[in-house]
Amino acid sequence: MASDALRGKGFGWVYGAASVVVFLAVSILVLPSDFAGSPNAPWLGVAAWVDRAMTWLVRDASIGGLALSDLTRALAAAAQAPIEAMQKVLAEGWVTGAGFNKTQILPPMSWLGLTLGCAFVAYRLAGPALAIFAVVSGLYLASFGLWISAMMTLASVLFCVLVALLLGLALGIRAHRAPHIEPVVRAIMNVMQTVPIFSYLLPTLLLFGYGPSAALFATVAYAMPPMVHATVLALQAVPSDTLDLARMTGCSRRQTLWRVELPVAMPRLAIGLNQVVMMTLNMVIIASMIGAGGLGYDVLRALRRLDFGAAFEAGMAIVVLAVLLDRMTQAMARRQSAGTTGTSGLRTGIILAGLVIVPTLASLAVPALALWPKAATLSIAQPLNDAVSYINQRFFDPLDSLRTFALLKLMNPFRDALQMLPWPLAISAVAVLAGWLGGRGAAFSVFAMGLFVVVTGYWSATMGSLYLTILAVLLSLALGFPFGIWVAAKPRMQQGVQLLLDTLQTLPTLVYLLPAVMLFRNGDFSALIAIVSYSVAPAVRYAIDGMRHVPPERVEAAAMAGCSKWQTFRYVRLPAALPTLLLGVNQTVMMALSMLVIAALVGTRELGQQVFTSLSQGLAGPGIVAGLCVACLALIIDTLLKAAAARAVQRNGVAHD
Amino acid sequence: MTNFGSSAPVALSVSNVWKVFGRDHGSFKSRPASARTAEAMAKDHLVGAVQAASFDIRKGEVFVIMGLSGSGKSTLLRCLTRLIEPSEGEIRFDGQDILSLNETALADLRRRKMGMVFQHFALLPNRTVLGNIAFPLEVQGIARAQAEDRARELVSLVGLSGRESRLPSELSGGQQQRVGIARSLATNPDFWFLDEPFSALDPLIRADLQDEVQRLQREHSRTAVFVTHDLDEAIRLADRIAIMENGRIVQIGTAEDLVTRPATDYVRRFVAKVPPARVICASSLIKAPVAAVSGLTVSGDATIADIASKIVADAGEITVVDPMGKPIGLLDRQKALETMAMKI
Repeated sequence: MASDALRGKGFGWVYGAASVVVFLAVSILVLPSDFAGSPNAPWLGVAAWVDRAMTWLVRDASIGGLALSDLTRALAAAAQAPIEAMQKVLAEGWVTGAGFNKTQILPPMSWLGLTLGCAFVAYRLAGPALAIFAVVSGLYLASFGLWISAMMTLASVLFCVLVALLLGLALGIRAHRAPHIEPVVRAIMNVMQTVPIFSYLLPTLLLFGYGPSAALFATVAYAMPPMVHATVLALQAVPSDTLDLARMTGCSRRQTLWRVELPVAMPRLAIGLNQVVMMTLNMVIIASMIGAGGLGYDVLRALRRLDFGAAFEAGMAIVVLAVLLDRMTQAMARRQSAGTTGTSGLRTGIILAGLVIVPTLASLAVPALALWPKAATLSIAQPLNDAVSYINQRFFDPLDSLRTFALLKLMNPFRDALQMLPWPLAISAVAVLAGWLGGRGAAFSVFAMGLFVVVTGYWSATMGSLYLTILAVLLSLALGFPFGIWVAAKPRMQQGVQLLLDTLQTLPTLVYLLPAVMLFRNGDFSALIAIVSYSVAPAVRYAIDGMRHVPPERVEAAAMAGCSKWQTFRYVRLPAALPTLLLGVNQTVMMALSMLVIAALVGTRELGQQVFTSLSQGLAGPGIVAGLCVACLALIIDTLLKAAAARAVQRNGVAHD
Repeated sequence: MTNFGSSAPVALSVSNVWKVFGRDHGSFKSRPASARTAEAMAKDHLVGAVQAASFDIRKGEVFVIMGLSGSGKSTLLRCLTRLIEPSEGEIRFDGQDILSLNETALADLRRRKMGMVFQHFALLPNRTVLGNIAFPLEVQGIARAQAEDRARELVSLVGLSGRESRLPSELSGGQQQRVGIARSLATNPDFWFLDEPFSALDPLIRADLQDEVQRLQREHSRTAVFVTHDLDEAIRLADRIAIMENGRIVQIGTAEDLVTRPATDYVRRFVAKVPPARVICASSLIKAPVAAVSGLTVSGDATIADIASKIVADAGEITVVDPMGKPIGLLDRQKALETMAMKI
């Protein structure tokens, strides 16, 4: 058996080497001019095809005489209604007429009522600490004049979560019941999760028109995959004994699903819900930048005015919303898995309704309860702006020289070197590496994805992305791994660090741009800082996990063998943690890539920028293809690192996720 | 433990049941008997998890299926209930062939006639003790209040009164399995299946629950199929024991049969550690028939270990009687003492 496998492998290598040589030869002979350079013009007009296809879809496609665009616009309008209703309830109230004839029929929910209601639910779910946080958050949003924007955002989030949840559950249940579709679904989900966030917006904008409902469809498409995944996993994790019980008690299919499978799967489903909520919030923030309104739009508008103070205030509003939503859904998931009884019950409902309704009714008499009075609105924007300009003036020299040095001596040369790289050589080298790590299938898929980037004409831009990603990942690892390894040895610090990491990872990506731009203005260096601050969290987390799960008996054995601390680390801890660390590298890369696209907002020149520009110009083809190039980059790195981790697992034991 | 005469009617009849796993398991049915040996099947990558199992279980009997892990005992139990579809054979519950039933009829039969206790309890974590026990009734569409009334009866039957509104996560392992037992009896089934119900529990709790099962069987005897890998448990609970080895039933008999007349070396090694006095009954050691009682009396189905103190304390004759109190014969004291002294 073993010799067979070896021989097979040997043949594989012969074929592999031969195909690399042939490929290189053909590249040199047929395309001499492009071998050394980097092709920027597409050989195949994939972008144009996509463009034409989209145009056809939007203009000409029809189903049984009904134009597709009419259908999608109708869908958009249908989706518009509930979102608007929710916005009215939360923020605007029912109004008829306009201008001086405006009369209010129903007031919006009072900020006080909503805050108290939220605090009450937070208290029931997680105790007084979260309730206090909810009250402070509500006061902050109201008193800083961010309430309406926050409620617009919240309305979209709630509606999108609802839709993503239901669709995700339905799809997940389907996928679970038909095991042969499951891998297909998973493959689609993987691609969907690596395609940058902006690429979702383009086709939906074209199909569904401009406005919050287009953002809704993009958001649902973006946030649904984790729910599908969580549903499949949760249903698979239902113990076989429990399924036997359902059959032995004579449950029908429906009874099995609703009374046995879903309740038993609930804790895992709740974790999926948490993910959906956080991804939805992230997407809603991004989507609001293209005109849907809300907190993301406030941040972007303030940034364009260089009003860092206002951007920071809106950014903080996003942060409190994110933390509140995350902690509440997590508390829900925890209660589910602990099996304690929920917050349902008539009494709870009555208290909740009272808390919300009484201030809302009172707001008819006291307008300050409906909306925080303008005169009393607080702002720390001015002092913040002053502080930022003071820092920039006072420390202009060190900051600017740091930036210039990094750009001129490190970043630009590295980028140029990557872009100089002859692509046939680069692709073959990566494919060979993939083949060595993960076998023929990995080599082939990596090669195909590399070729896609070349023929679509995004090679240069992709190298631009790659250079930022590599630098950001290296920096994140250089900072994150040592810190994580250090923390792992200090049990007392771990809880605090975990909380910090959790919070960092819940923040929508946009928030990370603010500090970097405040200090270093636009450009690649700010982008690098922003990406690193976003992607350092997984590096720390996986370093801690990897070190904590080193089998204690191996450490004891090392101690008994008389290893020094360094020797124990070098020969026992590090090898045992290696698989986990490699997964950490993978996660860091994925986070860096997803941030890359957001970083395009501060003026980088790479794929993210291509996507963003296409979005602002409404060019579907280039936007989608550039987005797919980002996905290719992500999947290539993913393939390599996963294969490397699998090899490390074979040698050293288990990876801890 | 009562010795089952052949008086009770057959409740569950199993004949020539096979369960074959493997890529090409569909082809099994067309194999001639000669190609059904383990070696012949292994050649075609088929594994006979259950091979030609045949037995009859009488009404009210506790039938224990015993074997090491991987011997096919749980698979056999699951074939009986059609949780696993048998590859071949015939299984009759009160004369009704369940392999011929469609999905609905099978579900109906399970609802009315079967109860099952699972190794890992299989409680629904979102339901209280009461809710879990009422679950099989709710599935049948019985009104909530009525189902909960019945569930309350069962809660007190298994000794969990006062804990009705606890969730499974708030109970100990032993208490959880009590809930599992109560739930399996909620519909008052004729057939009771127990799949290694106590192997996840520690020894003291296990003994408690074995007592519980014995008590429940005394109060209302059901036809029970009990799977275990614990010989001690099997001896305590079984009327008859079937020992499985690699998918085959190698011997079926009372504990005494297995110890005194092991059919194979495998069975002999299996029961080697059992003290004979624990399984040999008084009725097996009679020296002479008598017509009238003289001296002490012992029940015929009592084991020598049960009556050891009487044998040692009194030097007079001991009369063995049947369950009705009619004398069967005089106990052979010498043999009884030898049995007690026999090395294990």
